[in-house]
Amino acid sequence: MENTLQAVPQNWYLVLSTLLFCIGIMGVLFRRNAIIILMCIELMLNSVNLLLVSFSAYSGNSDGQVFVFFIMVVAAAEVAVGLALMMSIYRNAASTDINVLNKLKW
Amino acid sequence: MNDNMIQDTLLVTPALLVSLLPLIGFLINGLFGKFLPKSVTGWIAALAILGSFICSVTLFNGLNSTSSLNIDIFNWIAFSNINITFGFLIDPLTITMLLVVTGIGFLIHLYSIGYMHDDEGYTRFFTYLNLFIFFMLLLVMGNNYLVMFIGWEGVGLCSYLLIGFWFKNESYNNAAKKAFVMNRVGDLGFLLGMFFMLFYFGSIDYSTVANQAQTLAPNSALLITITMLLFVGAMGKSAQLPLFTWLPDAMAGPTPVSALIHAATMVTAGIYMIVRSNILFSLAPTTLTFILIVGVATSVFAAVIGLLQNDIKKVLAYSTVSQLGLMFAALGLGAFSSGMFHVVTHAFFKALLFLGAGSVIHALHGEQDIRKMGGLGKYIKVTYITFLLASLAISGFPFLSGFFSKDEILAHAFEQNKTIWVILSISSFITAFYMFRLVFLTFFGNFRGTEETKKHIHESPITMTLPLIVLCILAVVGGLLGLPEVFHVQHVFSTYLSSVTEGSAQYLVHHEKVSHATEIALMSFAGIGAIVVILFAYNKYVKQNALPADEVELTGLNKVISNKFYVDEIYETVFVKPITVLSDLFLVLVDKLIIDLAVNATAWIVATTGKTMRLLQTGNTGFYVFAMIIGMMVLLIIRLFI
Amino acid sequence: MSLYLFLTLAILTIISALAVVFSKNPMYSVLWLIVCFFTIAGHYVLLNAQFLAIVHLIVYAGAIMVLFLFVVMLLNLNADTEPHKSNLSKIASAIAAGLFFVVLIASIRATALGEFNLPNKTNIGFVEEVGKKLFTDFLLPFEISSVLFLSAMIGSVLLAKKEKK
Repeated sequence: MENTLQAVPQNWYLVLSTLLFCIGIMGVLFRRNAIIILMCIELMLNSVNLLLVSFSAYSGNSDGQVFVFFIMVVAAAEVAVGLALMMSIYRNAASTDINVLNKLKW
Repeated sequence: MNDNMIQDTLLVTPALLVSLLPLIGFLINGLFGKFLPKSVTGWIAALAILGSFICSVTLFNGLNSTSSLNIDIFNWIAFSNINITFGFLIDPLTITMLLVVTGIGFLIHLYSIGYMHDDEGYTRFFTYLNLFIFFMLLLVMGNNYLVMFIGWEGVGLCSYLLIGFWFKNESYNNAAKKAFVMNRVGDLGFLLGMFFMLFYFGSIDYSTVANQAQTLAPNSALLITITMLLFVGAMGKSAQLPLFTWLPDAMAGPTPVSALIHAATMVTAGIYMIVRSNILFSLAPTTLTFILIVGVATSVFAAVIGLLQNDIKKVLAYSTVSQLGLMFAALGLGAFSSGMFHVVTHAFFKALLFLGAGSVIHALHGEQDIRKMGGLGKYIKVTYITFLLASLAISGFPFLSGFFSKDEILAHAFEQNKTIWVILSISSFITAFYMFRLVFLTFFGNFRGTEETKKHIHESPITMTLPLIVLCILAVVGGLLGLPEVFHVQHVFSTYLSSVTEGSAQYLVHHEKVSHATEIALMSFAGIGAIVVILFAYNKYVKQNALPADEVELTGLNKVISNKFYVDEIYETVFVKPITVLSDLFLVLVDKLIIDLAVNATAWIVATTGKTMRLLQTGNTGFYVFAMIIGMMVLLIIRLFI
Repeated sequence: MSLYLFLTLAILTIISALAVVFSKNPMYSVLWLIVCFFTIAGHYVLLNAQFLAIVHLIVYAGAIMVLFLFVVMLLNLNADTEPHKSNLSKIASAIAAGLFFVVLIASIRATALGEFNLPNKTNIGFVEEVGKKLFTDFLLPFEISSVLFLSAMIGSVLLAKKEKK
């Protein structure tokens, strides 16, 4: 187990997290359900976390892991507020379709 | 030396208080006047000035006539080798002005408490008045030209505010604007003069400038330029030809203002300034000659106009212009202390005349036309007697204050140039004539107004008559300050001022002093002449009951004089009209065509872009995310390939 | 050995992530996302971030995803209620995401990454190490994040509360 760092080049982690990030983006574009979009955003955040941890591991510095902690804090807060918003929107519009929420325009 | 220094430090506090008290009064009334009862505000203002006056007296007692006190309060402007401090210079000249400004200022504040009693702008009036006193004190106390200039501009501002005090009247507002604009012309001269001093002398300190000027050749171009520019400033402020037309219009303000600002104090600022820089001016004889000519011309010109005016305040206004001309003539003759002496006596009797006129107007409920007065002597005795004495003083009736101060100037004129003496004597006789035309038409004969007004004629309250009486005493005995040497006494006033004026004596051309016999002859001539003129006026206006004709009936020269030689109309045609036409041209060409077009075009472009771009705001979140992704891609591609 | 482990985990991660996006039923999406987070936790273990892996599981799988599940169930979302997009916009979004991936990879390749000397320290992910960092160098952000949490808590309570008529 200790030799993961020797066995796996760091670039692979780069590619993996980029791929995860793009899947998240695709999800945001693909779906209309606001809750799924929120989940895809979580996915993107996690791809960034993965990247940070990989850099931290390959450079032998735990700073990156501390950043991941903070990202988790923000993500948790964001999900809490986001889901609360979802609830109240659903209560008003009886839907979580983002195309229903198009009142904010000229 | 040590004693002197202790003495000096003891005097710093009163010196600062002199200027601070009116400022404090101004701030209290200006900021909290709304919350104070009306009666209190007037007394606050008056007491502030009284305190100021007491401090001035302390200074007068504490400082002997040969020493001066320089107080640098803080370093104001310092860059490269120029260093301008904000400081006060207290010397006999300053103290003279301080006593006049605060003393007469206090009396007029007291008078105003009665005069403005029913006015809705009561508090505002006293606020302005205190501010004016503050600036006037700054003007006379400053130790360099810049501090003087602050005061100079400040009194101009207060003058503007007070002329337009009844701002609901359009013509009063116009008079205020006229005064302000005309003063700007003069102020530009003053400002340029200061720039010249700063550029060539590197300083605008009174003493430094005077020292520097003495290293230059007398009558050099630089000195003439500077003194001419300063004199232009004085012309504006002291209403000399050709910048005098604002002063008669300034009578739109409340009468106490006319007394304080437009007769006793502010208008003499120009004379103060020239006396303050007497060394500079005596080094430039050309300028002195110019001042003499302007002064003499103004004196006669204004006196002639005064002959045919029918508004009680207008007559006094032209008389003020005429007297100011006389003072400038004195300065032009190099008789600086005589000029100052006339400033002081003139402040006494002219303030009294205006206050008396105010009392008359008060008694007649706002009537100012002397053709509708007459016979008032019976009803308002105090006003009548004080007004009569003041008129005697200004006319040069023997042994009253005006007699001595005028006579001194006339004697100087006689020494130097007989023609000037003749003209000034004529001007002085004209003064006596129109002043007594005023007195006889107002106080003698029968009342010519309506019965309704006649019933309500009443003497003014004590707050108004008291200042009249005090000023009357001063106007009568003020001449004793400057008893000529003929009477084998020292000339108190000129001795007091000698430390200020002695510096310039060596540069002036010396004339043979007239002998005592000649001097007595001159005095008798002036005195008898004045009496004769007064009797002539008495004969015409009391015995024959002559009344001024209506303006429309006048013909020929009379008509021209009655219309003030059409000076206003000439200015209107020569300056105002072309500027109006030019402004209209610029309005159409530059403003409407170029600037407005550019501004409107900009607005139009922004509006149109906005209208088009807002269509992108569909409210569809998916579209926004899509646009965001595209944008990110574009940014990354730009980063990659460019 | 660990290379195979990495590859297996990576493929699982990608498949589960794709499943999150393509599942018709929101419920399945949530479950697939939990799987995805488990595989990411596995990656963390591989990268010597043992403590973080556990925290990740507790916070994401344990708290956040439960919250998601709870909301989906509460709103009674299923395949029938799911709004559908047109095929055109589906294809467009797939192409956009693919292009974005290409551009990102290209920019990563164009960026000169520093060469790492592989560290011999393997304990960087332990509680001790991370804790020391967190309570010394990053103390202020740590404390401030607690304020963020508090405000998020209050905010979500306020938002989700039924408005009194």
